[in-house]
Amino acid sequence: MARRNAPEINAGSMADIAFLLLIFFLVTTTMDVDTGLTRRLPPPIEEPLEDIPEVRQRNVFQVLVNANDDLLVEGEPMDVGNLREEAKNFIIGDPTFQDPEMPEGKLTKVPLLGEMMVSKQIISLQNDRGTSYDMYIKVQNELVAAYNEVRNEYAQRKFGKTMKQLETAAELSEKAELQIDAVKDVYPQRISEAEPKNAGE
Amino acid sequence: MSKFKKKKDGGQPAISTASLPDIVFMLLFFFMVTTVMREVDLKVEVKRPVATEVNKLERKSLVSYIYIGAPKTKYADQFGTADRIQLNDAFATKNDIIQFVEAEREQTNPAEVPLMTFSMKVDKESEMGIVTDVKQELRKANALKINYSTYKSDKIEN
Repeated sequence: MARRNAPEINAGSMADIAFLLLIFFLVTTTMDVDTGLTRRLPPPIEEPLEDIPEVRQRNVFQVLVNANDDLLVEGEPMDVGNLREEAKNFIIGDPTFQDPEMPEGKLTKVPLLGEMMVSKQIISLQNDRGTSYDMYIKVQNELVAAYNEVRNEYAQRKFGKTMKQLETAAELSEKAELQIDAVKDVYPQRISEAEPKNAGE
Repeated sequence: MSKFKKKKDGGQPAISTASLPDIVFMLLFFFMVTTVMREVDLKVEVKRPVATEVNKLERKSLVSYIYIGAPKTKYADQFGTADRIQLNDAFATKNDIIQFVEAEREQTNPAEVPLMTFSMKVDKESEMGIVTDVKQELRKANALKINYSTYKSDKIEN
């Protein structure tokens, strides 16, 4: 018998099969990464509270958005472009806490930094049912950005690192984690959303 | 003379396509790893707004989606053009949300229920009224961790 070659399997159509699979996956999948603004809703109110904790006017930064997407900040019309700067000024406030226009301070225990005066700032956001979602997200984004910038500047000043650098460092060291907590305690993010109302029709 | 001869008997050597499947498979695996299966058939138009201060949503299995927007044109004559809520594959009203939340919780490991996030994919043209209603329902259902789905951009013009 002569030497017989094992017949070679034709792999020419393999590419076609793989392409078919590839196209199937291309069609059925989405590429977009899910990103967004993460928020926490306040817990539901079972019954109207008897004594609503009083918040002084000077501690509240009021942001109103009406149905025409106009912004009213602390009683004055404003452009979204200026909101971040105004909010930052309010969050930082007066370092001595004496200015009657700026929020009061409260003695708070902060990790690493010990007891210190922390601003009692609250940002109150109220929107109309007719406000566009686009505007709402813009305002939310500016407010979050204001907090992030203030925290970044503080972290830079106190610890010589931005929040992002601290977060990277926190994976390895406990100290960085405490530093993040400290910054967050000094400038806690308090964005309060009022119960919806129909205003500004 | 010999130059011409060579060409004649050699001919153009065929390019080997043996590695083509490997290349395509590589592409295939890349797409399989980087993408997620489209879980629902969108019946509402959702063009998400952009934001700069975004977080990435981790743990996709713990995220449930609520879509809000105007019905797509092919559903417009049946459902109108006002903003609607879509849960899973069907249009819904705000009264269905509590049930939806419960159903989603059933499917999740009880230990991980507190980590569940409800991501709201809302069209930027929508009005806040319907979004507020949904938020109130989520509060009632005690689903407090929410996410406003947006695209990430470095700068937004005002």
